[in-house]
Amino acid sequence: MQLLEQGRPAADRWLRVADAAPIPDDVAALIGLERLAEVPAGRTAPLGVVVGPATLPEELAPLLNRVALIAVAFPKFRDGRGFTLGRALRERFRYGGELRAVGHVLPDQHLFLLRCGFSAVEVADGADLAPWTAALGRFHTAYQAMVTDKATLRQCMRRFG
Amino acid sequence: MQAKVKARGTQPLVVTANRLRDGRVVWLGGGGIWSERVGDAAIFDGAGVAAGLSAAAQAEAEQIVVAPYEVEVTLKPGGPEPLRMRERVRVVGPSVLAPSVLAAGMLAEAAE
Amino acid sequence: MDGLDRTAPQVTAGIYKYDAYDRQFLRDRVAEFRGQVDRRLAGALSEDEFKPLRLMNGLYLQLHAYMLRCAVPYGVLSSDQMRQFAVVARRFDRGYGHFTTRQNIQFNWIKLEEAADAIATLADADLHAIQTSGNCIRNVTTDEYAGAAFDESVDPRVYAEILRQWSTLHPEFSFLPRKFKIAITGAARDRAAIQLHDIGLAARRDASGAVSFEVWVGGGMGRTPILAYRIRERLPEAETIAYLEAILRVYNALGGRENIHKARIKILVRDVGQARFTELVEQEYARLPRERYRLEPEVVAAIQAHFAPPPFAVLPQADAALAAACDGDAEFAAWVGRNTHPHKVAGYISAVISLKPIGGIPGDCSAAQMDAIADLADRYAFGEVRVSHVQNLVLAHVRKDELYALWQALRPLGLATGNVGLLSDIIACPGLDYCALANARAIPVAQLIAERFADLHRQHDIGSVYINISGCINACAHHHVGHIGILGVDRKGEEYYQITLGGSATNDARIGDIVGPSFAYDQVTDAVETILRSYLAIRQAGELFIDTYRRTGLAPFKEALYATA
Ligand code: SF4
Repeated sequence: MQLLEQGRPAADRWLRVADAAPIPDDVAALIGLERLAEVPAGRTAPLGVVVGPATLPEELAPLLNRVALIAVAFPKFRDGRGFTLGRALRERFRYGGELRAVGHVLPDQHLFLLRCGFSAVEVADGADLAPWTAALGRFHTAYQAMVTDKATLRQCMRRFG
Repeated sequence: MQAKVKARGTQPLVVTANRLRDGRVVWLGGGGIWSERVGDAAIFDGAGVAAGLSAAAQAEAEQIVVAPYEVEVTLKPGGPEPLRMRERVRVVGPSVLAPSVLAAGMLAEAAE
Repeated sequence: MDGLDRTAPQVTAGIYKYDAYDRQFLRDRVAEFRGQVDRRLAGALSEDEFKPLRLMNGLYLQLHAYMLRCAVPYGVLSSDQMRQFAVVARRFDRGYGHFTTRQNIQFNWIKLEEAADAIATLADADLHAIQTSGNCIRNVTTDEYAGAAFDESVDPRVYAEILRQWSTLHPEFSFLPRKFKIAITGAARDRAAIQLHDIGLAARRDASGAVSFEVWVGGGMGRTPILAYRIRERLPEAETIAYLEAILRVYNALGGRENIHKARIKILVRDVGQARFTELVEQEYARLPRERYRLEPEVVAAIQAHFAPPPFAVLPQADAALAAACDGDAEFAAWVGRNTHPHKVAGYISAVISLKPIGGIPGDCSAAQMDAIADLADRYAFGEVRVSHVQNLVLAHVRKDELYALWQALRPLGLATGNVGLLSDIIACPGLDYCALANARAIPVAQLIAERFADLHRQHDIGSVYINISGCINACAHHHVGHIGILGVDRKGEEYYQITLGGSATNDARIGDIVGPSFAYDQVTDAVETILRSYLAIRQAGELFIDTYRRTGLAPFKEALYATA
């Protein structure tokens, strides 16, 4: 997998732990949410969780101080639940860690993801990154007030980026 | 008056799709050619249509057509005639035409 | 109005005017779409991936070609924008367009390889096709007499424009479970069918002048027609965006995603129950950072400034010239009786241009007609045209003393049919003549019915009755709420039609009742005639069709329709 952080290619420092594999306690480990109970209380290495699209933000609220990465799964790009989940984590629960989109997302959704508070997106190996970066340069203004947006230009129009 | 749809498997079949670049109705003819005329369509039987559909899937993968499928027809002197109303409309174009189209003498094009 | 200098644009009606930011945004959007089309043609996007992207730019693949649905935001157009539709019709289509029940216009013969150019041409006139399809917030619709109607307390265009901006490329709500439609009215009589939308807003003004909204949610037509319920009685103006965000968030998180037929918000409301749904929305609303979503009075005022009244002349309410013209010309008088709507300003009136000539295609308009209408709008209506949700056009502000001249100008254009609200003012979707989803044709059924009742005297005798014909259960022609609704169904590949009676889309909204087994294509006109003959036989003095139906119910009509069968 390739990783884009805030739109820029980045190395992935997280180890994605397969479902049956043991959870290493000395590296940044990304595990399925359902395996959280297996993680020892004294763990010091960074921990991340992969959450399904049906997850509600309040389910994650109790763990936000334990995890440094939440990877939201998009089973299909048409399934937009992750946008609401991401935005709620940032806005309502002031989650400050990494928020990553994994699964099937399109370059055309890249800007929407960042504006909803996602910090990174996983892209298939071998996929052309050009449309992903182009999608971020396409628009400079928008009509909504999102967590990430800057000055109000006039009326509803805001600058972002 | 109208032919009734018969059970699958006995009726001759043709393969159709819309062309990607302009959306026009096309029919799969011999040699993998896509034609705007249903008269050019290759006729398949129930067993043979798989070959037509696989050629069509190939054409879809090559960005030539969109969403191909098979259509039941009866063979008429003028060419194959689809059984379903929907496909008959796709053959002849809209059964109603805007006044401006008629006025502009574009009838032939609109009904092509 | 001197109206003689034809060199300058004559648009003085209040219309939202794009500024540099709006224009840049549109250009960016066109460039994005052009790139998407290029990626599709090159194979970098599959059809499955491209489809939602093209749909969010109004591009469908229909039976014979691509169809481009252009937005007419809340139904309001400048004359120049109308002329630009004519340009698109000529350059990229076959010289005509089709106005829809959602106050949009559709072009039927677009090529994918030219679609970006067509959209760029629209953008030259501040027009677009953004979110006219797809699982996102669609074009916000409203009353075609907004800003003009005598019974209006709040101008809904102001809020419709605010919602248009808020919903445009909304990063969170562009991939909803299903499409999402918002309608808004500010008049006593609901002409926007707010109970039949995902969200319906009724704006009210209290004694102090403050605006609030009645909020309705969970209405819709389609396969499962359901009327909305009122979730808030009095939502303060400043909270509008926050509250809608809350509704949309609940829907986006919990709406059905497995089955396309169970994905609209109405199904979620039905499944969790109104009480629980209200609770979920109120919870979400309570914890939103209200400051961020507050709709500030300055923003409202800035948008409102765009919709300032045109420079109305000071005129008497009753107009002697109009009265004299009516006295001298019975045909004109009949047209005035049907095709006008009372205006809030003395001496003015709203005029409806019927796009339902007998035997024509409901809602169709040729490029030449579009140009001519634009010129008439400049001459008589401050350069503005409206699209109505029953597929007619409206000149909202016409001087009564110029109405006769307007009518005389409309006649040679084939645009002076005096049938608004009468039987031949039929609402019909494109149906199987164009639409890939259709079961049956709708347009020729409308034509056959209109021709059967071509005599306008007979139509006047029958009185106001709305016939709505949809080619499939998607109900684009709103057949559920037609007084007589006709729905195309497929029976073994042939066209059949199910008839419903007694629907209504206004304040007394109601879903029509199915009369019984469906009718073949060549039986529908007879069936409609039988229904109307029955009504004429049993109506009491002063009753319209819908009144009689409400009094008697289905029985006499059912009996007449199926007695001899
Ligand atoms: S009601 Fe059905 S046939 Fe008619 S336009 Fe809508 S989808 Fe097409």
